[in-house]
Amino acid sequence: MIRLRLERRAETPAWMHVALPVLAVIATLILCSALVAMAGAPVLDAYGFLFLSTFQTLYDVQDTLVKASPLIWTGLAVAVAFRAKFWNIGAEGQLIAGAMAAGFIGQRTWLPAPTLIPLMFLGAMVAGAAWALIPALLKVKLKVDDVVTTLLFNSILLYALMALLEGPWKDPVSNYPNSPMIREEAQFPILAGDTLHMGVAISFVAAIVVWWLMERTTLGFSIKAVGANPRAAAYSGLSVARVLLGAAAISGALAGLAGAGEVGGIRYQVVSDLSSGYGYAGIVIATLADLNPLGVIPAALFFAIIMNGADAMSHETNVPVYLANVIQGVALLTMVGGRLFASYRLRITRASMEVSRG
Amino acid sequence: MADTVATMIDAGFFAALLRIATPLLLATMGELIAERSGVLNLGIEGTMLLGAMTGFTAAYFTGNLWLGVAAAIATGAVVGLLMALLTVVLGVSQHVSGIGTTLLTTGLAFFFYRMIFGQPAIPPSVTAFQPLPLGPLASLPFLGPVLFQQTAFTYLALLAVPATWWALHRTRWGLNLRTVGENPRAADTAGVSVWSMRIQALVISGAFMGLGGAYLTIAQFNAFTFGVISGRGWVCIALVVFGQWMPWRCAGGVLLFAMIEALQLRLQAHNVLNVPYEIFLMLPFVMTIVAMALVSRNAHAPAALLIPFRKEER
Repeated sequence: MIRLRLERRAETPAWMHVALPVLAVIATLILCSALVAMAGAPVLDAYGFLFLSTFQTLYDVQDTLVKASPLIWTGLAVAVAFRAKFWNIGAEGQLIAGAMAAGFIGQRTWLPAPTLIPLMFLGAMVAGAAWALIPALLKVKLKVDDVVTTLLFNSILLYALMALLEGPWKDPVSNYPNSPMIREEAQFPILAGDTLHMGVAISFVAAIVVWWLMERTTLGFSIKAVGANPRAAAYSGLSVARVLLGAAAISGALAGLAGAGEVGGIRYQVVSDLSSGYGYAGIVIATLADLNPLGVIPAALFFAIIMNGADAMSHETNVPVYLANVIQGVALLTMVGGRLFASYRLRITRASMEVSRG
Repeated sequence: MADTVATMIDAGFFAALLRIATPLLLATMGELIAERSGVLNLGIEGTMLLGAMTGFTAAYFTGNLWLGVAAAIATGAVVGLLMALLTVVLGVSQHVSGIGTTLLTTGLAFFFYRMIFGQPAIPPSVTAFQPLPLGPLASLPFLGPVLFQQTAFTYLALLAVPATWWALHRTRWGLNLRTVGENPRAADTAGVSVWSMRIQALVISGAFMGLGGAYLTIAQFNAFTFGVISGRGWVCIALVVFGQWMPWRCAGGVLLFAMIEALQLRLQAHNVLNVPYEIFLMLPFVMTIVAMALVSRNAHAPAALLIPFRKEER
């Protein structure tokens, strides 16, 4: 009798950390090609538009980089939180918190012009961190499940923003529920082309800073220790609650910066549809990056390409634009499934008799 | 204002309460069954959405609402099977699996709806389930209009609660399922297959969620919209915590929740409070978190919730 057994590997080989996400993406595209075919489009044509349309001109590349920026922020936010096993599904709401703060500060006429942009960044970080700290405090103090609270916090803040935009925050001269424009001095400088703003460059640098923070500092070490084994971390003298709150604050601040980038670099005002699911995409990106801050950059670029390319694809081939959403879901699931196979080894053994239960 | 509120609380109010409670009762019972077996089903939001979509689509093309119901149940069961593959067989993190399942099923619902119906100016609609008066009971004063002039869906949802209670607490199967959620090692030693119980629980759980979603598109309303679920699934997860993983308490939580929801709808309609409508939309989520914080101190989740089970490992 042949038995299949799963054995846990002692260590995941290094090459797998790179190969795994690549394989997961390939598997995702193969699985999703069935949907493309069902929509009646030639698979290669559709995928051609999905990927190549974002490389046709320098403007397309610039748009991809701009799109990647909020994804890098939310990917980093989720990567830090998940390392500490703080299940932050709330990057979407923390992004909105950051955007609200940045928009509010950017409109203040009494602030000296040179302080506007730094204060917008700072305000977005504080607001995002605060919105993440409430669920974290509820988890630490009252043991309320963080998944549910962070999720519900997204809806709560979105409705609050919508109410503000139809009330006190509404631009009096506009018919739409938008805030007034931020001051001209509050608009992020354009670095190249016509949309590549300063926030994009900062997000790429931030990925390196967060990597350094997680890999080279005591704080990063504590976050990873608490996530890996809270009991052992507590035994070695770490305050699990404080580390968790710290991770939540950093995570929220990073997500908040995504909001600052959208308001200060793209929209120049606060609107209710600032994020097209960037917070949730952050979960997929962080997972695909194996929670490594440096890996967040390629993962975010990949999804930026798909999000921008899906528009071109649906325009040209009638494949619904929502293929991009499906790809996100499938990529997340194939990645976590694949990681499991990477950490286990399939053993085929011959057993002549029923082996006693281990 | 107290007078106005008093006049609003009539039979129609309680009938509306039950209509609001129907999808929540179904999905909450589904979530409860999954969690009692030890698996947190965060796929709930997407499962409800996909069930709402397939249920509507099947009803639209066949002209038969019951085929819509069947399609929604089948869809939910298949999604439950996917959750089972991920969390039970592969033993992947239940949080990530659930979020992934919700992202995937949400994407699929949007994708197929757009593929099948395109972007018509007027959204396609069906003739929704009509109220089904239950014979002489329907003409009872007060109770008639509240309880016995509802759609078949609401009767189903109201039956789902005692059925879930009976199955979980009065049958061998339920005892096995709860043991698997509390102490899978002991269940395994006693010869109960942990995997089998959890897979069954997730399939049933998904079926309930799909059904709950379909209620919104073929009974309460008559069309599918992208925002049709809008967080109802997440609320159900919180209601299970609030109900302490007990069927009757969960149902009580749903009814309490639906009552506040019905009340706010009436207040809004009568323009009693001059408050932006978004505050009312936000309120259920705030309430849910407050309720969870209140019960969290003495909440005891199934002991093996979130922990995958492998025979080989001790």
